[in-house]
Amino acid sequence: MLKTERLTKCFFSGTANELVAVDELSIELGDGKFLTVIGSNGAGKTTFLNLIAGSLFPSDGRIFLDNQEVTTAPEHIRAKLVGRVFQEPGLGTASSMTVAQNLVLAYNKGHKGLNIGITRERKKLLKDELSQLGLGLENRLNEKVVHLSGGQRQGLAVLMATLTMPKVLLLDEHTASLDPKNAKKILDITERLVSEKNLTTIMVTHDMNQAIDLGDRLVMLHRGSFVCDVNGQKKEKLTVDKLVKLFSERDIVDDELLLTMRQ
Amino acid sequence: MSLLINALEQGLVYGIMALGVLITFRVLDFPDLTVDGSFTMGAGITAALTVGGWNPFLALFLGILGGMLAGIFTSFLSTKLNILNLLAGILTMTLLYSVNLRIMGRPNIPLLGQETILDQFHSLLSGIGWGDYSNLIFFGLVLLFLKILLDLFFNTELGLALRATGDNEQMIVAQGVNTDTMKILGLAISNGLVAFSGGLVAQYSGFADVGMGIGMIIAGLASVIVGETLISTKNFLWVTTGVIVGSILYRAAIMLALRYGYNLGFKASDLKLITALIVIVALATPQVRDKLNFQLGEKVDFSNSNGRG
Repeated sequence: MLKTERLTKCFFSGTANELVAVDELSIELGDGKFLTVIGSNGAGKTTFLNLIAGSLFPSDGRIFLDNQEVTTAPEHIRAKLVGRVFQEPGLGTASSMTVAQNLVLAYNKGHKGLNIGITRERKKLLKDELSQLGLGLENRLNEKVVHLSGGQRQGLAVLMATLTMPKVLLLDEHTASLDPKNAKKILDITERLVSEKNLTTIMVTHDMNQAIDLGDRLVMLHRGSFVCDVNGQKKEKLTVDKLVKLFSERDIVDDELLLTMRQ
Repeated sequence: MSLLINALEQGLVYGIMALGVLITFRVLDFPDLTVDGSFTMGAGITAALTVGGWNPFLALFLGILGGMLAGIFTSFLSTKLNILNLLAGILTMTLLYSVNLRIMGRPNIPLLGQETILDQFHSLLSGIGWGDYSNLIFFGLVLLFLKILLDLFFNTELGLALRATGDNEQMIVAQGVNTDTMKILGLAISNGLVAFSGGLVAQYSGFADVGMGIGMIIAGLASVIVGETLISTKNFLWVTTGVIVGSILYRAAIMLALRYGYNLGFKASDLKLITALIVIVALATPQVRDKLNFQLGEKVDFSNSNGRG
């Protein structure tokens, strides 16, 4: 369960450049719910995720995860409850380390003791997990991540983020820097892992089709506020045309979003 | 022959320091210049306490502890006070100069007539007729022990987290690791090794001097780079082996330069200049090579460049 109460982030406050990136966002997501967030550049999507993950601390408001307040918990503490995949495949994995070493770090999330990291049993376990991805990584356990393709790296990052059953999974445009074929693959893997493990998920995207196809709730972020919230049956029946109509009703003219729609 | 043994002895004893430099510069990606001060600190504490009648093992142990504290201080400046890592190291190095003088009480402490660990080991081995090689064997055993310990450590969960901290901080934070703690731990281990080396060097050369650490970071870096050039792999077992080989070769080169450099018109005081030039050449070589390969139209393996993906 994830809940935010009047979550606010203000940059450069008190100066002429004051910018309210996230403006009193309140949302509640039950266990296993999948929320997609759309919005153009600068709408506050990434700031919203950073606040939940703890990379940034809010100027105001509160955050609850799994019924605990985590508003001021440092990022590495909160990481035990949060799984995260970044836009750049390079950000989610350590490139000079092997596939197995990366996975072991995710496997021992939070706890790092003096046990040998990669044991035979663990290797077998990781191999099983990798083979389910269908990216051919199960035979490349000892290879350095830097030698993998962007798609493989991102697949590994998704697996790492979901390995320990986080209370919330944050996906930050995690297919945006991949080619369409790999993006589809990673999206399929994400969808399967999320439903298998019944993870509470927030996916940020600026691809309308993606936001409509995935998840059971869609919100649009515009200048730091939610301007539209489509849930349940309405979400299932949502199409791009209906979405655009919703936006125009609310008087939001956004060239970038309209361009995405035409693709 | 004695030149070879000397080079080996020095390569091994300074190799401990080079392993420390490896941890900061390569594993943690934290260019730590504390080394010049923590090396002297290890030597100074060991010498001062030995002369003061302390047990030489305890003296060395406290010297190592001093070095670890110096490392913790630098990482504290960098992580908690957000001082640029290079500057943090320079600040610690500078203040350690005064601290070391305080500890030592004078700029130079001779260890003549003192029973050191090396003397004890020497009399032990003289019994079986290996007295001439006692330093070599002792340094070899210590270095091998520390190397194996490091190889094991960097394959534990904690060690892997430390490596990942140097590789991708964002990733390892997202995996629930406090990177500040990792840096403090890494710098403590690194400077502990450096001080260990300093303490042994003081016993080996028979004195501790407040200026003995000057330029030490360059020697350590040179060993690391020479080792990397000779053995290019990311397998940690071979990386540490490479650093040790690098340290021995570096010391051999220095000894040859000191011995035969006169013939080329060099003076002993030119040593630091030559040392720095060696490091510059070693650092520049891979890039010049890549550029040449590129111009010749050969296939360039970009994965070997230092860029981070």
